[in-house]
Amino acid sequence: MQVLILAALFAFASHAALAETVYVSNEQDNTVSVIDGATSKLIDTIPVGRRPRGIGLSADKQKLYVAVGDDNRIDVVDLKTRKMEDPLPSGEDPELFVLHPDGRRLFVANENDNLVSVLDIPERRIVTEVEVGVEPEGMGVSPDGRFVVNTSETTSMLHVIDAETLELVDNVLVGTRPRVAQVSADSKQIWVSSELRGTVEVFDSETREPMATIGFGVPGVPRELIQAVGVQLTPDGSRAYVALGPANRVAEVDAKTFKVLRTYLVGQRVWHIALSPDAKRLYTANGNSSDVSVIDLENQEVVKSIGVGRSPWGLVVAP
Amino acid sequence: MRALLVLLSVLLAVPVLANDTAIRVAIITQERDPILPVSPLDREIPDEGLAGARLGVADNATTGRFTKQRFVLVERTISKDGNPADTIRTLAAEGIRFVVTDLDAPALLAAGSNEKAHEMLIINARAPDDELRNESCRANVLHTVPSRAMLADALAQYLMAKRWRRWFLVTGSRPGDKLLAEAYRRAAKRFGAQIVAEKDWTFKPGHARTDTGHVTLQSEIPVLTQVADHDVLVIADEANEFGDYLPGRTALPRPVAGTHGLITAAWSAVSEQWGATQLQARFDKLAGRRMGAVDYAAWAAVRAIGEAAIRSRSSDPSAIMAYLRGPDFILSGFKGQGQSFRPWDGQMRQPILIAGPRLLVSVSPQAGYLHRGSELDTLGTDREESRCRF
Repeated sequence: MQVLILAALFAFASHAALAETVYVSNEQDNTVSVIDGATSKLIDTIPVGRRPRGIGLSADKQKLYVAVGDDNRIDVVDLKTRKMEDPLPSGEDPELFVLHPDGRRLFVANENDNLVSVLDIPERRIVTEVEVGVEPEGMGVSPDGRFVVNTSETTSMLHVIDAETLELVDNVLVGTRPRVAQVSADSKQIWVSSELRGTVEVFDSETREPMATIGFGVPGVPRELIQAVGVQLTPDGSRAYVALGPANRVAEVDAKTFKVLRTYLVGQRVWHIALSPDAKRLYTANGNSSDVSVIDLENQEVVKSIGVGRSPWGLVVAP
Repeated sequence: MRALLVLLSVLLAVPVLANDTAIRVAIITQERDPILPVSPLDREIPDEGLAGARLGVADNATTGRFTKQRFVLVERTISKDGNPADTIRTLAAEGIRFVVTDLDAPALLAAGSNEKAHEMLIINARAPDDELRNESCRANVLHTVPSRAMLADALAQYLMAKRWRRWFLVTGSRPGDKLLAEAYRRAAKRFGAQIVAEKDWTFKPGHARTDTGHVTLQSEIPVLTQVADHDVLVIADEANEFGDYLPGRTALPRPVAGTHGLITAAWSAVSEQWGATQLQARFDKLAGRRMGAVDYAAWAAVRAIGEAAIRSRSSDPSAIMAYLRGPDFILSGFKGQGQSFRPWDGQMRQPILIAGPRLLVSVSPQAGYLHRGSELDTLGTDREESRCRF
């Protein structure tokens, strides 16, 4: 008995470092699932607006923003009380968004309107709209705050927006149906996933010249089912993780050599992924199996799957 | 050598892009007899197909405005006594090399076989005839509309996934219905279903609209459907003459599938997944209605040409055609998987929707139907079975 208590205490102590909380948007359930990182257990479910997809944190990490496409707004959840606050305007059909490092502006992709809306959070209004290609989706911002990137699914383009002038500075043809764009921690690279081509392209931020195209072969999985969706780059610039959609895998890529190191078998139709603050764990939203997989990146194994709402789509980890 | 190549590519590329040469795509439709509506909810659609092609050009233009490529749609209609070959000759004289056809099989064959068509690329957006992909295949013809074999295989896979193995097949009187019935028989054999009974629909079309139409149907259909026990009634009625009469009136309480009830199609008004919501919204804005299967095939044809033009970074028809048929071509068709052309018969491989009247029910290929290449090739004529010789 004593041993058991000790073991339990020990387990508790070792988990204390993982105080993180994971928030998952469930597209079909109109809810956000809350997972405790320490126990890897579902601890709460928060009702939000209709068709929640893009999800992110405020600069002080005290509030959760959820793009609810069918209600044309961004819902705001206070993370202490888990209660909804007044929502923010977003323009029509918001899908993904990104918070500028100034902590004040949210750049929102409006899927139906071919626009990126720029929301001033304290003023609670859209300050400008940038016209981009058809079905804008992926949103990224350079950590140095100089530029914002967006991808348009039907136009198959990467759009680069000057974060100061809010003007479109470049349009680059990328792989078919681009889904996610992320800027590296040093602001020097733009990574773009192509769902239907099943590749990730890496561009030089300054010249927008292609640096690499990363392909993903999974033995036994046909080419059409290898799709690239969510991308997560580690803060130290050493790794990139790529969700492979209906291939039910997450690929680990050496971000320096662009080589695929390994793939992890996760739940079905893995869509967006998120790293823990210490970059030791990766959480994946698996749309078709309605669960979240937890990958232990140090030991290189999938350690847990946690049932959430129906059609989990996006997720974010709060410290 | 390298310098020469660079020079050559500059010489080839610059005039094309600098002149901003428009890529002209023609769509040919044919005059058709008006269809007798079965349901009072049926609407005549004067721009079926055409509206899809128009949206295709608009979608191409969105990338084209960034790549400085312009796309123009040229619309032509063949009158009932018109000759498709004449239209092809006129288009050739105008220098048009891309043609999307909203034509039935005989008119398409006449168009595709014309000498002037040899330099053209024709994309079939209407005729589902398997013969066009086999004995009568042409090197200059691609197909975005699925073949009857693809539709039948898609249904068979779904019915087998449901374990509805015993089929009762009811076939209409038109030649297309007979061919579709043949495709259902082939699919049943291929996927292990059994056709336990077969009947032809012999009643005259349209009689439900008389004052007592429903009374006659209520007595006629139980008689027609009193056959050996089955799991599902499969209908072959492409012209929509009678299929709507069957659900709710059969002798045994069985689901109806095929051209009616649970239908198989490349596209449906109920499509909304994989970004289809956005495609439907754009189409509705342009045409004032939901997108149908013929619209979709025409849209996919124009988009395929656009995608090949944009990816090959060329406005040269020969380069675009080569890319279209090449291994890198992929079309985002809003059905969750990349769509490309089968090299052995020019058919676009694509998922097939299984749709109810109000919602999407499933999509084939079904899980578990494996293929060494693409699972999409479990639908329709595979390489080894193809009788097409270009």
